[in-house]
Amino acid sequence: MKKIIVAIALLALPALSLAAGGEGYPLERAPIDLHNKASLQKGAKLYVNYCMGCHSLEHQRYNRLARDIGLTDEQVKQNLIFTGAKVGELMKNAMPKTDAKQWFGVVPPDLTLIARSRGTDYLFTYLQTFYLDPTRPFGVNNAVFPNAGMPHVLWELQGWQKPVYEVHKAKEKGAPETKALTGFELVQPGSMSPPEFREAMADLVNFLSYVGEPAQLDRQRIGIWVVLFLALASFIFYLLKKEYWKDIH
Amino acid sequence: MANTQGTTGFLGWIDERFPLTKMMREHLTEYYAPKNFNFWYFFGSLALLVLVNQILTGIWLTMSYKPSAADAFASVEYIMRDVDWGWLIRYMHSTGASAFFLMVYLHMYRALIYGSYKKPRELIWIFGVLIFLCLMAEAFMGYLLPWGQMSFWGAQVIINLFSAIPVIGPDLSVWIRGDYVISDATLNRFFSLHVIALPLVLLGLVVAHIMALHEVGSNNPDGVEIKKVKGEDGKPLDGIPFHPYYTVKDLVGVMVFLLFFSVVIFFMPEMGGYFLEHPNFDPADPLKTPSHIAPVWYFTPFYAILRAVPSFAGTQVWGVLAMGASIVLLFFLPWLDRSPVKSIRYRGLSFKLALAAFIVSFLILGYLGALPTTPARTTLAQICSVVYFAFFFVLPILPWFEKTKPVPERVTWK
Repeated sequence: MKKIIVAIALLALPALSLAAGGEGYPLERAPIDLHNKASLQKGAKLYVNYCMGCHSLEHQRYNRLARDIGLTDEQVKQNLIFTGAKVGELMKNAMPKTDAKQWFGVVPPDLTLIARSRGTDYLFTYLQTFYLDPTRPFGVNNAVFPNAGMPHVLWELQGWQKPVYEVHKAKEKGAPETKALTGFELVQPGSMSPPEFREAMADLVNFLSYVGEPAQLDRQRIGIWVVLFLALASFIFYLLKKEYWKDIH
Repeated sequence: MANTQGTTGFLGWIDERFPLTKMMREHLTEYYAPKNFNFWYFFGSLALLVLVNQILTGIWLTMSYKPSAADAFASVEYIMRDVDWGWLIRYMHSTGASAFFLMVYLHMYRALIYGSYKKPRELIWIFGVLIFLCLMAEAFMGYLLPWGQMSFWGAQVIINLFSAIPVIGPDLSVWIRGDYVISDATLNRFFSLHVIALPLVLLGLVVAHIMALHEVGSNNPDGVEIKKVKGEDGKPLDGIPFHPYYTVKDLVGVMVFLLFFSVVIFFMPEMGGYFLEHPNFDPADPLKTPSHIAPVWYFTPFYAILRAVPSFAGTQVWGVLAMGASIVLLFFLPWLDRSPVKSIRYRGLSFKLALAAFIVSFLILGYLGALPTTPARTTLAQICSVVYFAFFFVLPILPWFEKTKPVPERVTWK
């Protein structure tokens, strides 16, 4: 009997997770590990090569980045600065906003805080779910951000994929069929295999998570000591209170 | 020359010119507080602690923050990244805002269950509600300063409420904003009010609150007046000097509070989007309305009441009035509650049920106020709003059928 209940509960789990996510394409959990410096460095490299032409990181400094992800200023100058900026400057780009508006319909947003406003799972899923859609200006659409204005800039790496739908018959007569996007089929492979691309996107999102709040590592490291100190202090002050109060009857 | 306090030397020299020892005695070493304070009595001193935290961190934030629409958002990120320990100061301030409300709500709940607002403590309660109002204004204006999407649109929604007031409404909202939309002018004046005007009022009210408290003496979980039973030395038999007994006790509370406070600051400063809302990490954009505008958690019960009231006779002012009334009614609590018994320990079942219904409806309203509306949620919010207001109207008639228990002469203790 117990086994059956467990089995039913397990079967219901995916349904629950979908219900919790609300409408829209289910988000995949991004494997964030800010201690993985290699991943952060790979993410930074992907970002400056593929994203930064359009999306600045205008609150992040190059030399802070260097220090936090384990690079020297020299390495950053050689490998990550394409704009001629000095190493102490903010990571801005050279795209004029008026041109950008004409090219894409919207000015591509600055992404310094995107991991904090949208969440890393959103970004991780977004980056992997561009699919062919001839009705869109750039020929692609996105599963988590329908009708996104962004072209599939990572197509060289991922290749092109087409959507796979699950068609639901109409429940009532006369109502139109509904179809739900359930997955993708790779129609033209890119330079990376699907697992490689997934890992690359994990690195990129990991990097954006770091950029969203560079103080994250500091605060968690310091926080443990602060909390331990306060736990000890609470105990000592409790003993002090008991000592003072023992003659109150 | 001896002074009235009997001090000599340097302290004596001071005491002849300034009531230092006198004040220390009146407010600490010879201020007699009931010895039976329980867990609920920590939150007053903790609210004071958070106030000090907000003022100190606020001073340091102001050193690097730029109150202009063009620079505000970037200056907050500058604090978070380039200012030494700026992230800590900012999180202490943002978490402190939520902690302040949490402490104040728990402190107010304590007053409700032990009848601390009743005669002779009506003025303490009124100063307290004024502090609560001032705190709401302070928090609302502070929330505009990071100049994120929720800062902007939250302020937009709330200031637009004023335009629902007949005749003067539209002009009034323009006067508050200093512009036809939320803009640089609004940000600059909110900054001024947030960092100087309201903190001054707040501090003055806190002083008045404590002075009124020390004039009449503290209530306690039994709701008995300890001053009625005094020993031969003229000191209340059930009273103990605030210092050292309650200073050492409150220090335990301070440490435990700081422990929880630090867990939030260091490990979950966003508190899942409730202390720092995710959309507020997008800079304010007057052309892009967020799909769902939610106030921060401490305003949600009142926001839910606002939304629950339908528009009527072609105006939406009723919701605004209901929201205002939900706070204004608190001022009248000392006179609405006519029972001579203070503490819930000796009150009847009918009061306990009424209070429970009030608290539960307040919590449900808080939950609903953070969510987008649906017809079912609106109905639930309407029911809870009715229960919330019903509490104030049931209180005066309760003594007719409430069976209270006899109140002891002295406080109960262990």
